[in-house]
Order: sequence, then C-alpha cells, then structure tokens
Amino acid sequence: MSAKIPLAQVPEGFFTERDPDDLDCVAQGGFCPSWILENFDRYVDPFFQHVYLTGVSLAIGFVIAFALGLLAHRKRWLTGPLTAVTSILFTIPSIALFLLLLPLTGRGNTTAIIALVAYTQLIIFRNVANGLRQVPSDIVDASEGMGLTPMQTLLRVEVPMALPEILAGLRIAASTTVGLATLAFFAGAGGLGAEIESQINFKSNVVVAGGLAVALAAALDLAVLGLQRALMPWRRAVAA
Amino acid sequence: MSSDAASLELRELVKRYPGTDEPAVDKLSLEVPAGEVCVLVGPSGCGKTTAMRMVNRMIEITDGDILLDGSSVTDRSPAELRREIGYVIQQIGLFPHRTIGDNIATVPRLLGWDKQRVSDRVDELLELIGLDAEMRERYPAQLSGGQRQRVGVARALAGDPPLMLMDEPFGAIDPINRERLQNEFLRLQAELRKTIVFVTHDIDEAIKMGDKIAVLRKGGKLAQFASPAELLMYPADPFVEDFVGADRALKRLALQRVRDIDLWKGVLCHKGESTAKVRARLADADLEFPLLVDDEGRPLGWLSDRGLAGERVMEDLRSRAEPTVEMDDILRDALSDLLANQTMYGPVLDDQGRVQGILSLRAIAGALNIRPEDVPDSAELAAEASSSP
Repeated sequence: MSAKIPLAQVPEGFFTERDPDDLDCVAQGGFCPSWILENFDRYVDPFFQHVYLTGVSLAIGFVIAFALGLLAHRKRWLTGPLTAVTSILFTIPSIALFLLLLPLTGRGNTTAIIALVAYTQLIIFRNVANGLRQVPSDIVDASEGMGLTPMQTLLRVEVPMALPEILAGLRIAASTTVGLATLAFFAGAGGLGAEIESQINFKSNVVVAGGLAVALAAALDLAVLGLQRALMPWRRAVAA
Repeated sequence: MSSDAASLELRELVKRYPGTDEPAVDKLSLEVPAGEVCVLVGPSGCGKTTAMRMVNRMIEITDGDILLDGSSVTDRSPAELRREIGYVIQQIGLFPHRTIGDNIATVPRLLGWDKQRVSDRVDELLELIGLDAEMRERYPAQLSGGQRQRVGVARALAGDPPLMLMDEPFGAIDPINRERLQNEFLRLQAELRKTIVFVTHDIDEAIKMGDKIAVLRKGGKLAQFASPAELLMYPADPFVEDFVGADRALKRLALQRVRDIDLWKGVLCHKGESTAKVRARLADADLEFPLLVDDEGRPLGWLSDRGLAGERVMEDLRSRAEPTVEMDDILRDALSDLLANQTMYGPVLDDQGRVQGILSLRAIAGALNIRPEDVPDSAELAAEASSSP
C-alpha cells in the first residue's frame, strides 16, 4: 500500500503561479526557502497530530510502565517476566506492529497509539524498576524505622530518590516515540511522517517535516530536563 | 523540653529464622529502668542488632515479649509504635532529597503536629546539637560526617520519644570525632535522661556509654548483664573476661576520678621551717619524702636529705614535683602521667594549684577495691564535667 498523494490531489496552480526561479527549484525537488514560507501552514495540522500522538502515547505509556515498575518493586519475582514481556514488545519491528494491529483495531489513532505505547514500556519500566532498586537500603530502613508506612516510604522516599533514573527513562522514551510516530501513517494516523512520505523526493518538504519532528524531540527533551531540575534541587546541592 | 522516659523489659525474647536450627536471639531477658542507657555488646553474630530491632518491630518476635512501660509492643501497629521510638543507625540514613530541617521534621509531621510547633521543634533541636540555623535549608550532601551524625540524632529525638534505639551510631565516624560525639551524647543524655538501647561491638564504647551493659555471646545468649564497673571487676565467665580484655583493670580506672579515691597524706614543709618538726611529722606520714611548698601552698619539689640536714629546711630538692595531677583527672590518665614520668608519687592539686594530697601507685591499686556500686557511671562523670569549667 502506498500513502503517496495522487497528483490529482495537488492543489490547482500548485506548480504554475510562481516565479520562474522558484518554479524551477520546486520542479527539481530542491530546497526552496520561498516555497517553504508560502506553504508552511500545510504542516501545522500534521505537526499537532504528531504532538498529539506522541503526548498521548507517552502519557499512557508512562502510567502503565510506572505501575508495572512499582509492581515489580513490591513483587521482586515479577521483575524477570515483566522485563521479558516488555523486551519482546520492544523488539517487534515497528512497521510490522502497525500493520499487525490493523485487522484488530482498524486504521487511525487508536492503532498508532497502542503501538507507540508498546514501545515505551521497556525503557520506562526498566528505569523505574532500576531506580527503585538503587535506593540505598539504609535509607529505606531509617524511613520505616521512624514509622513511615511502606506506602509512605514508597511515595515520599523511594520514588523521589528514583526520580533521576525514572526521568532519564522518560527522556529516552520521548525521543524514541517522536521518531516512531513518523511511521504512524502506516496505521493511517497521519502526523509528520505522512507529510515526509507524501513527497519524499522533494527536499523542501522533507526538511520542513523532518525538521519539525527533530524540533519536537528536542523540545520534549528540554521539557523533561526542566522538570528534572525543578523537582530535584537536592541533586544540585554539592558538598560544602 | 519534656524528658519522659519509658521502662523497657525484654522477657524471654526469642528470634528464630525459618530454616535455621540455632536461634539468633535465645531467651533474652533484660530490664532497663526508665532513663538509663543499656548497651548491648558482643562479637558479630551475637544477635545484638536483632534483639534491638525487635523492640520497634523492624524484626518480628518469634517468642517471648517486649514490654514498653508495661505494655507489649505487639499490641500496637508497627508504624504507630515506631513513631514513639527514636531510631539511629550506623549509616544514619538521612533522606538526601530533603533538607536538614525537613529531615528533622519527619516524625513530628507524621504525628500530625501543626506547622509552627514543627518549626519551633526543628529550631530547638538544631540548637541542641550545635548546628547553625542556616543549616536548616541545606541538604545532607552538604554536611560533614559528624554533622550528619548529629542531625541523625536530632531527627531521632524530634518526636520526643521515651525510648531511643541506637545501632552503632558512631561506628562510621573517625576516632577523634567519635570521641567528641560520644561526649556530646553523654552530656545530652545527662540532660534528657531518655531510656536508650545502644548497640555496639566495641567494649570501650560500651563501658563509656552504658549505665548497664548486656554482653551477648554467639547464638543470642546473655552472658552477663551488669554495670560497667561490675563487669570489669567480676566478669561472669571466661568469655566475658576475654571480651572485656586483659586491660580491664585499666578500663576500670577510666571510670574513676582522682577525687574519688583515698589520697595519701604527704608532709608539706616550708623553707626555713624547723627540720625537727618536719621529721616528727614524717614519722606518721604515708610517704617518707617531704614536699617543699611555697607560701601559697603550691609545690616546689621533693626535698633532698641535705635540705633536712640542718636546723632549718633549706631549698635543696631531689627532684621537681612532677607530674602534678588534678582532682578532676581521670585515674587512668593520672596513672599514665605517673608512669610517663617514671615516678610512683605525684602531688594532687586543687583549682588554685595548692597541694591537697599525694597520688601514689599504691593508692591507685587500692581504688580497684572500691565496690562497683560506688563507682560513678559515665553520664554522671559527663554531667560533672559539663558543670565545671
């Protein structure tokens, strides 16, 4: 199947109402700044679709993987099986997963989001479980010895202390998801990937659509980094 | 600050781990009166930490019971019980993601104190442990090891618990700071008078910190439960004797001060005094050498035979009056001074430097005959030390 837009869908006058140089550039599939300026609004909707797919998938993926991480922390014997399952999800080729889900969930956002969520699981789960495991046992001992319940110890001590590791996982998951979401058009969910694919030989198009994807990944990364600094002033406290 | 303390009783306490034949703690019975420090000491694997951790139910009791002010610790939920028992461990376990103030406020907040009361309490404790108020906003990583240790103790005291559990609290501190922290702690305890269970593997620390010492042997059996002086004088069996060490007599001397023993009466004489009178006094003195003193009664030196040869005492010394010791000196240190100067006698001086008597090796040896119950404990020594300049 091909997601190429048939020539008939190209708007009237797309190739005609421009000055000769520009026309020439576009015809050769080159990098044409003036074309980009004029056509930038074409990318707004796909960009926000991309943001939507990434954001929803990360949010759902984080909630599930975080819960699984806590579960594995409580029931140590579950760590092995959960790591195995999330690893398998992670190793399925992404295009194959999008296509495999199509008969079950049809074309559209749902299919894309299910697949994207699946890919976040290993990274976030592993970091949550590792982060919690690395909290020094004497700190947990002191916490329970002072009369914090196991749940209070988890939420007030273990999770905050595991936060660097957890957010590191979230950052990797965010960049991975932005990248994988460019393949979401295989599930008919659009996004920047659909734009890239529509005119993959037209440099201006690829640069703008691809560039927006890269910018989104960078912006998400900075956002998590900012969150990390805001949540963890103690990490910056150096020995006096 | 209130200074409530609870009595503690371990009754036939047993801990047996599944799959092991030997119990970790075997029918351990102890009674700790309110306000006393009970040290659990013994070689590694003797169950001392296990026994301590059963008190706040960090380890569940297999058999027997623990009574806190007469009621069983198993009647309460573990979390609720632990909020009323201070807990200090060797690694301290401060929360690295919380400020010093928040660390100290942990238990008061769990107890639901209002904000102002929590804040006042944090200020009070920072002052008690001698940390600046500005430390409140610092994080544990910004403090030295000794400061972190003090914060650990402050955090354990925050809820004003009637009982404190301390598991090798000074074990990870270098020797110089350890001694300072021990002394600080003894001063604090002299003021607060909490009931304390203190675990250590170091017999010297046990002797220094404890009102009572429980020596445990492998398998969690109680070998002896006694005051430091009693333990040092009458070890119950070869194991305890070996554990307290071959220098136990010296260790006992560390528990007494010069003022606590019967000093020898020396013969003091002044320059120009009649030698006949001096000789008369020498006849019924403990020591055959007269000590020449100045007009203020301060020692000049031991008089030689030639100094006594004439009618009048002449300033002719066989040796200077060294060393001198003070009434407040610890006997072991005084003994060490005598030995270092290769002499058997030293004048004992009061605050003004006047001779009050003579300390001799024989008098020190005699001090070991004092009954254990008459030997003061370290907390009393510390209280005396802090009251005198």
